[in-house]
Amino acid sequence: MRMKWAFLSVVIGVLAVLAGCEPVMVLDPKGPQAETIADVIWISIAMMAIVVIAVFGMLVYIVTKYRASKQSADYEPPHIEGNPIVEGIIVGIPIIIIAVLSIITVKSTYVVEATPEGYEDQKPLVVYASTSDWKWHFSYPEEGIETVNYLYIPTDRALEFRLYSYGPITAFWIPQLGGQKYAMSDMITTLHLAADEPGEYMGRNSNFSGKGFAENVFDVKAMSPKEFEEWVDEVKKTAPTLTEEKFEELLLPGHLGRSTFSGTHLEFSPPPEGHGSHGDDADASEEHGDHDE
Amino acid sequence: MTYFDRFAIPHPSPAIYASMVAIGLTVIAILFGLTYFKKWGYLWREWLTTVDHKRIGIMYLIAALLMLFRGGVDAIMLRAQTAVPDNTLLDAQHYNEVFTTHGVVMIIFMAMPFIYALMNFIVPLQIGARDVAFPRLNALSFWLFFMGAMLFNISFVVGGSPDAGWTSYFPLAGNDFSTSVGTNYYLLSIQIAGIGTLISGINFMTTIFKMRVPSMTLMKMPMFTWTALITNAIVVFAFPVLTVVLLLGTMDRLFGTHIFTMTNGGMDMLWANLFWVWGHPEVYILILPAFGIYSEIVSTFSRRNLYGYKSMVASIVIISFLSFLVWAHHFFTMGQGALANSIFSITTMAIAIPTGIKIFNWLLTMRKGRIEFTVPMLYTIGFIPIFTIGGVTGVMLGMASADYQYHNTMFLVAHFHYTIIPGVVFAMLAGLTYWWPKMFGYMLSEKIGKWAFWFIAIGFNVTFFPMFFTGLDGQARRMYTYSEATGYGPLNLLSFAGAIVLMAGVAILVYNIYYSTRYAPRNIGSDPWNARTLEWATQSPVQSYNFARTPHVESTEAFWDHKKKGKPLFKGKIEKIHMPNNSGMPFIMSSIFFVWGFSFVFSMWIPAIITTIAIFACMAHRSFEKDDGYYIPVEEIEATEKDSEVLTDETR
Repeated sequence: MRMKWAFLSVVIGVLAVLAGCEPVMVLDPKGPQAETIADVIWISIAMMAIVVIAVFGMLVYIVTKYRASKQSADYEPPHIEGNPIVEGIIVGIPIIIIAVLSIITVKSTYVVEATPEGYEDQKPLVVYASTSDWKWHFSYPEEGIETVNYLYIPTDRALEFRLYSYGPITAFWIPQLGGQKYAMSDMITTLHLAADEPGEYMGRNSNFSGKGFAENVFDVKAMSPKEFEEWVDEVKKTAPTLTEEKFEELLLPGHLGRSTFSGTHLEFSPPPEGHGSHGDDADASEEHGDHDE
Repeated sequence: MTYFDRFAIPHPSPAIYASMVAIGLTVIAILFGLTYFKKWGYLWREWLTTVDHKRIGIMYLIAALLMLFRGGVDAIMLRAQTAVPDNTLLDAQHYNEVFTTHGVVMIIFMAMPFIYALMNFIVPLQIGARDVAFPRLNALSFWLFFMGAMLFNISFVVGGSPDAGWTSYFPLAGNDFSTSVGTNYYLLSIQIAGIGTLISGINFMTTIFKMRVPSMTLMKMPMFTWTALITNAIVVFAFPVLTVVLLLGTMDRLFGTHIFTMTNGGMDMLWANLFWVWGHPEVYILILPAFGIYSEIVSTFSRRNLYGYKSMVASIVIISFLSFLVWAHHFFTMGQGALANSIFSITTMAIAIPTGIKIFNWLLTMRKGRIEFTVPMLYTIGFIPIFTIGGVTGVMLGMASADYQYHNTMFLVAHFHYTIIPGVVFAMLAGLTYWWPKMFGYMLSEKIGKWAFWFIAIGFNVTFFPMFFTGLDGQARRMYTYSEATGYGPLNLLSFAGAIVLMAGVAILVYNIYYSTRYAPRNIGSDPWNARTLEWATQSPVQSYNFARTPHVESTEAFWDHKKKGKPLFKGKIEKIHMPNNSGMPFIMSSIFFVWGFSFVFSMWIPAIITTIAIFACMAHRSFEKDDGYYIPVEEIEATEKDSEVLTDETR
C-alpha cells in the first residue's frame, strides 16, 4: 500500500513539474502548417485520453473489485467464453475512433504537403536547403544569395524549401513552422512552410548524421517582407561572391559559424533535381519533373 | 595499414581499456574454474552438445540476461551523458557507438533470445510433445545466435563498435562516413544470428503444426503456443528480407558495390525500405509472444478461463498480417507524398483495433475472477496501463501529418520504450518468474520479486515519461549533448534519476535469483501456481522426455479440466521412448561461423575461404551421417515416474 502512495506522489510530482513548463515548441506554432499539425496533435491527445481513461478506469475497478482477498473462500470464478455484444463494442468503438482519426490524418497530410492555405495565389519564395557534414547551406536562387547555418525568411509569404544533402540523410526541421522532411543525396524533397509572425526560431537537422549531428542546427529569423528585401539588398551589396573553390571548402566535414555570400552554389553544383538520375552526372541536369507532390 | 593496426580501436577511452581487462580476466577465470572443478566434460556432454529443447531454452535465457546487462550498462551511459547540458562524460563518437550497440543488443541479442528461451522451454510442453520437430537444428539455431551475439560484443574491444544507429541507414553506414569496421560487425553478426532465427522460425512452425498431441486441434492450443506459431510465421516471412538487406550492405562495404551509395546509381532509401520491411514485423515478433505470456498469466491468477479466446486468436492473425503493411510509417518524412503516407497511416492505426481487443479481453478475463497479486500478475497488471500509453502514442505517431513533428524526436523514443519495455521486458520477467519453477524446480521469492517490480515499474515511468515532453519541445533523438538554453536539462536529469531506479530494480531481480537459488524450498510439486495448461502436468524440473505418455486434450485448458473435472489426462500404458542423440556439430559449426564472420569483418580472405569450405564440410558431414537416436526403456521411465501421477492415473 505504501508503495502505491509513493508511486502516486511521484506521478503527481512529475505532472506538477511539467505543468510549470513553457509551452513546448511543437504546440506553440508560428505558422499555418505547424498550426494544422498542432491541432491534429491536440485532437489526437483528446481522443486518446478517452481510451486511456477508459482502460485505466476499468483496470482499477476490476482489480479492486475482484481481488482474491476480498472474496469468500469458496468463490469459484465462472467459465465465460465470450459475448458477441461485448466483443462487438470492444471492436466497434476502436474502429470508429480510428476511422475518425484516419479522416483527420488524410486531410491534414494533404494540407501540410501543399502550399499553405491562403497563400495559393502568390508565388512562393524558393529556398534550396542542403546539408553537408554538419552545416546547412541555404540558397535563394531568385535573390541570388546564399547563407550558411542561418535562414532569414519573410513573414506572410509561402516558402518552398527544396531539400537535399551532400552526405548522409538529414532532415530539415523548424518545429514552430511545421514538420520535418528528409534531405537526401539522390533526390530533392519539397517542404511547404510559412511564418505568420516575426521572430527567431530554432531549426535543426533531426535525422542522425554522424559525429557532428547534435550541433547541426541553424537559426531562423522571420521578418516583415520589407525588412527581408532590405536584408537581401544589403547582402548583395556587401557579401563576398561564392566561388566554386570556396564552396568545396565549405563542404569539408566540420562545424562553422554563420556566413553569407552573394551568388549561389546552384550553378556549379546543381541539385539532384532530375528524377531517376540518382546522382548519375550525365543526366543530372535534365529536369523530367521534380518531386512536387 | 599494417596487420595489427586494423584491430586497434579507432576511438579508445579508459572505459574501453578497462572493459578489455575485465573481459580478459573473466575469460581466464572461467577457463581456470572449468579446469579446476573438472567441469569441461560436464559442460560438453550436458550443455554444449545438448539437443534438449529445455536446456537450449535455459541457455537462451542465460544469454538474454547477459545481454540485458550489456544493453543496460549502455543505457545508463546514455542517460548519464544527457543528464546535464554540455556534458563531457562521453564524446560524440563514443555516444554514437553506445546508442547503436544499445539498440542492437536490446532488440536482436536480448529480446529475441528471451522470447526464444520461453518458446523453447514452453511450447513443446504446452503441445504435449517430446521435443521440437528438428532438435539438432534447434541447437544450431541457438549456437548461431550465440556466436552472432559474441561477434557483435567483441566489436568494442577489437576494431571498434558500429556507430550509425541500430537502423544503420546508408549512406551514413557506408565506407565514406563510417570508416571503422564497426558496421561490418553489425552486418555480419546480425546475419549469423538472423540465420539462426530463421531456422528457428521454420523449426517451431513445423513443431506446432506436426508435433501436437493428436487430440489437440489448432483451436485447443493454449494462447502462448498460438502466439508462438504466429510469431514464427512472421519470422519465416520477415527474416529473409533481413538476410538480403544485410547481404547487400555487406557487398557495399566489402566488395565496392554501389547499392546504397550516394553516387553511381545507389539508392539510400532502399536500405530504409528493406530494413523496415523486416524491422516493423520484428516488433510484432517481439510483442506477440509477450501477449501470449500475459494471456496465460492473467487467466491463471484470475482463476478464470481466458475471455474471448477466438477473438484473441483472430486478433493475433490480423496483427501479423497488418505488421507487413506498415513499414513506410518509419519514414513518413521521406517525401513519398500525401497519398502513400495516408495509406500507411491508415494501416498503421488499424493495428490499434486488434491490439485493443486484446487489452479489453485481458481486462474482461480478470472481471469476475479471483485475482491474486503474484509477481507475474503484477507485471501483467502493470503492463496494461503502461502499454496502453505506448499504444495510444503509437496511434498518434501513426498519423502522418503529426508524425512530421514527432519523427526522430524523443517523443518517438518514449513511445517505443513504452511499448517494448512493458510489452517485452515486463512479459519476459513475468514469464521468467511464472515458469521458473518448471525450469529449475524452485520458486523465486515473491517478496523480493515485488520489490523488483515496483522499482522497475516506477523507474521506467520516471525515465521515459519526460521524453514525450522533450520530444515535443524539439529534442531530436541521438543528440549526444544539448546547450543549456534549450531548456531540456531538468527533464533529462529526471530521466537519468529514473534510469538509476530502474537499474536498482534489475539489481534486486538479480539478487532475487541468487537468494532464491540458495534459500528457496525445493519440494514445491509440479504445479505450484495452480495453473491451467499442459506444461504443469510434467514433473518439476521436467524429465528429459517431457511426458511419459501422450496427454489427452479436450480444451485449451486440459490440465485444469483434469484437476477440476477429473478428466483423465494420460491414457494407455507406458512404452519405450525414442530420443535424439546429442551432437557437437551445431556448436562446432557455429564456432566456425564465428571465425567466418570475424574474417569477413576484417576482410581477411584466406581464413574467410577456409571457414566457408569448413561450413559446407559440416553440412556435408551431417547429410551423410547415420544417427537413429536411442530408446529409453520402459523400466527406466517407470523408475523416474515412480512418484508422479502418470503411473497412478490408471488406478483412478
